[in-house]
Amino acid sequence: MTEVPEHLLKKAAEARAKREAAAGSSAPTDAPEAKAKDEPEEVVVEPDTKAEEALEVLKEALGDAILASHIEPHRGLWIRVGAQDWRAAASAARDALDCKFFDFLSAIDWLPSPYGRELEAEQDLNEAKEPEEMSWGYTGGETRFQMLARVYSLSHHIGVMIKADLPDDEPRIDSLIPVYAGANWHEREAIEMFGIAVNDHPDVRNIYLPGGFEGHPMRKDYPLLARRMKPWPGIVDVELMPGDES
Amino acid sequence: MSVSEQEQLAYIAAQAADARVNLELETEDGMTLNMGPQHPATHGTLRLVAKLDGEQVVAAEPIMGYMHRGYEKLTEVRTYPQVTTLINRIDWLGSFANEVPFILAAEQLMEVEAPPRAQWIRTILFEMSRIANISLYIGDMAVQIGATTPIFFAFRDREHILNQIERVTGGRFHPNFDRIGGLKDDLPAGWIEETKAVIKKMQTFCDQMDDLVAGNEIFQARTRGIGVIPAEVALSYGLSGANLRGSGVDWDLRRDQPCGLVYDQCDWKVWTHPDGDSYSRFWVRLQETREACNIVDQLLDNIPSGPIMAKVPRIIKVPAGEAYVATENPLGEMGYYVVSKGDLTPFRVKIRSASFSNMSICPWVLKGVFVPDIIAILGSLYFILGDIDR
Amino acid sequence: MNVLADLAYWQETIIKVLIGLAAVLLPAGTIVYLYLFKMMSFMQSRLGPMEAGPFGSMQPLAEVGKWIQKEDIFPTKADKRVFAAAPFVVLMSTFLLVIILPGGPDATFVDLNVGIYFGLAVSSVSVIGILMAGWSSANKYSLLGGIRAAGQLIAYELPMILAVVGVVIQAGTMNMQGIVFAQAEGEIFGWGGIGNPYIITQFLGFVIFMIAIQAELTQPPFDMPIAESELISGYLTEYSGIRFLLFFIGEFATSGVFSAIAATLFLGGWYVPGIDPHNDIFNVIGPLILFGKMMLVAFFIYWFRFTYPRFREDQLQRLAWKVLIPLSLVNIVATGVLKVVL
Repeated sequence: MTEVPEHLLKKAAEARAKREAAAGSSAPTDAPEAKAKDEPEEVVVEPDTKAEEALEVLKEALGDAILASHIEPHRGLWIRVGAQDWRAAASAARDALDCKFFDFLSAIDWLPSPYGRELEAEQDLNEAKEPEEMSWGYTGGETRFQMLARVYSLSHHIGVMIKADLPDDEPRIDSLIPVYAGANWHEREAIEMFGIAVNDHPDVRNIYLPGGFEGHPMRKDYPLLARRMKPWPGIVDVELMPGDES
Repeated sequence: MSVSEQEQLAYIAAQAADARVNLELETEDGMTLNMGPQHPATHGTLRLVAKLDGEQVVAAEPIMGYMHRGYEKLTEVRTYPQVTTLINRIDWLGSFANEVPFILAAEQLMEVEAPPRAQWIRTILFEMSRIANISLYIGDMAVQIGATTPIFFAFRDREHILNQIERVTGGRFHPNFDRIGGLKDDLPAGWIEETKAVIKKMQTFCDQMDDLVAGNEIFQARTRGIGVIPAEVALSYGLSGANLRGSGVDWDLRRDQPCGLVYDQCDWKVWTHPDGDSYSRFWVRLQETREACNIVDQLLDNIPSGPIMAKVPRIIKVPAGEAYVATENPLGEMGYYVVSKGDLTPFRVKIRSASFSNMSICPWVLKGVFVPDIIAILGSLYFILGDIDR
Repeated sequence: MNVLADLAYWQETIIKVLIGLAAVLLPAGTIVYLYLFKMMSFMQSRLGPMEAGPFGSMQPLAEVGKWIQKEDIFPTKADKRVFAAAPFVVLMSTFLLVIILPGGPDATFVDLNVGIYFGLAVSSVSVIGILMAGWSSANKYSLLGGIRAAGQLIAYELPMILAVVGVVIQAGTMNMQGIVFAQAEGEIFGWGGIGNPYIITQFLGFVIFMIAIQAELTQPPFDMPIAESELISGYLTEYSGIRFLLFFIGEFATSGVFSAIAATLFLGGWYVPGIDPHNDIFNVIGPLILFGKMMLVAFFIYWFRFTYPRFREDQLQRLAWKVLIPLSLVNIVATGVLKVVL
């Protein structure tokens, strides 16, 4: 397991402190309304009543466990829970919302890549870049790693994206296998790719990587070695759009 | 280049480690049969370790990774248009269908919409890649069960479809034709009439296969009641596509989650089969090929005129946000969870490929079956190695 | 044979061995080219081999040349002597089988008075060869294939023998020559226009016999011992080069010989209606007529082979024990009763 660079952790902690200070009294639970207002909306989007109802159901089942939620009208419903509520959130989605269909499970490493985009390979390699601040997507976040799962309700036609913050010092989460049997392989993939520990997983073996592989390739601080070996030309191949020839 | 020797060594070690095997094969009781990675029934490089008691399987464990190409990592260092080239290689038999959900996800984030003509042509090509993919499956399933002839018919007739795809896109297998905001090119002259003739041929092919394979008593004896997956189990393992519909779940993303494709413009039916066995999965796919022919045939009649490309900037930067778009691909639900930070490249792309979830049921469904049934079940679950390993 | 009668024993033997070789290899080559290469290709809308010789007719020779050149690989853990001997055991049963075939009223290798009994007995020897191959390869797939083959071949021996019993009862002899004469001189309910080819009176027996030889030859739909999509050619997995070629020849020659036996038992063998069966001309045209009938029977074997998917092992056993054997017993009883009554 590769170490998270010290300065990045410090940056992340600083960013977190700054954001919390800025947010002030408004707790992250109020995020959906705040976010929806912030969004630039050219067209009037009908409110997604189905997603709102589903969120109500989940809130009823989970209570304060939902740290944040987000609705993109007609595109999806996101909720964020703490690591300890991960399995509870999944079983609440399954039981209260009838989400029987297990779509996928994965993780996100929110650390900005210390290697840049590796597009302009030469510069990226030669200049030590000033790392960006850590920032999170929908529903925000607090830690570097987030678990991500999507479950779907065939009867209500609504999918729920569940995120969970993983502790920075030791990314560890409960297994979803008791709730969704299909989570097994997805968790194995997350374990090896992100170096996340999963409690009571019956079969912690590498699913893709060879047995003796070191490191967790999907972490942002794991360098893409192919690019080290052979620089990428970057964006030189911008192709003309049709009718753009003149 | 500032490549340290250590990094070089690490790279070489990683490459060499691919060749190693990470599993203990010796068991105390019974025989361990190692099927693959070079086994004709595993379509490439899937490996199946089956513990046998006589010819009965006590436990079976698929082992993947022989073809893992790390697309999720690679997408993070490619611009959005470059990503389509990669993801073409996920399900290589129906490549065009791989591009569509990713492009749709990017379009959703950018809030652009392809013009109607582009949507129409996309849908047509999407369904044609489904026909190309599943027609091969139909022949392949028969060859797994032991009939040698249908696969040749499948190859013969799939060629017509591939020719038509090639005439539009220039690529038989990897079209790389979709662009954010539309398509690369318009249809060539005379293509619609030719495609209509090809669709007729494919409908004849489906009738032939119905007769030759699905109607065969031995085929039915080999597949009926084999590998039964109840709907509840199928859902919890995330099975999708015809595998789910073969278990009697009336669920089709084309109808239930339409996004960016024009399935609502034609009259078609979602086929399900209540049995949940190998035969029902085969049968549902056969009907789906027919239905896809039907859809293409209807859509060809009324392609709207107009541009094929929406206004998009030359250099594509996708606004920050997250989107998950899934479509009903030939193998099942294929989706891309795209996280963008407003950059040229995606921040994270989670590829939800159908075969990965479909195969994850293997240890469950293969328990207690006989060796010949392994083939019937694996064949009917239908996986493409590129779709499992990504 | 009049011509051979004047020769010394060793001369006669050499000539018979040469004819025997030709009788095994020529049908095998013809079947491989005509049915396996060309007919299968046409059924699958392909051309098949087209380059070697006119219409690819020299392709079998090219294949033989290829296999002879290839390395003869022994797996490290194989039981080497058994592994090496197995193809010869299989081929031996084919050569033993061919000697019971009569090609004309006098053209016989050996005129055994228990001809068909001997034939069915030596045909079982190939099981031993296949078991040897499966066991000695030190390969799990080969072992599974060999054991499947043993189970299958022994199971289908029974319906095959029982189907032949009907013919033997009707002909009143086990001599192959006698069976041909009985068909040539027989009558169907008093009408002797075409003799009495037993395919008409023993149709059930013929069908059972054809199914049984399909299984004996491990051809689809009964090819589980080989089953390339699950067992990767089963007991043949580890064989290469000339030893594989021997198995290959054995397979196709045996299919030719079994077709010829079926033609002799049920289609009148070397006899065609209209000519007196004792006419000497049959010594010349008889082998050709038998060859023609053999190809006709082989056509059906290969037609089924290219059309049907494969049974599962238990379904195959069920078919043998629950369907074919009872049916053939019924056939024997019916034949016996009719024989006594008529």
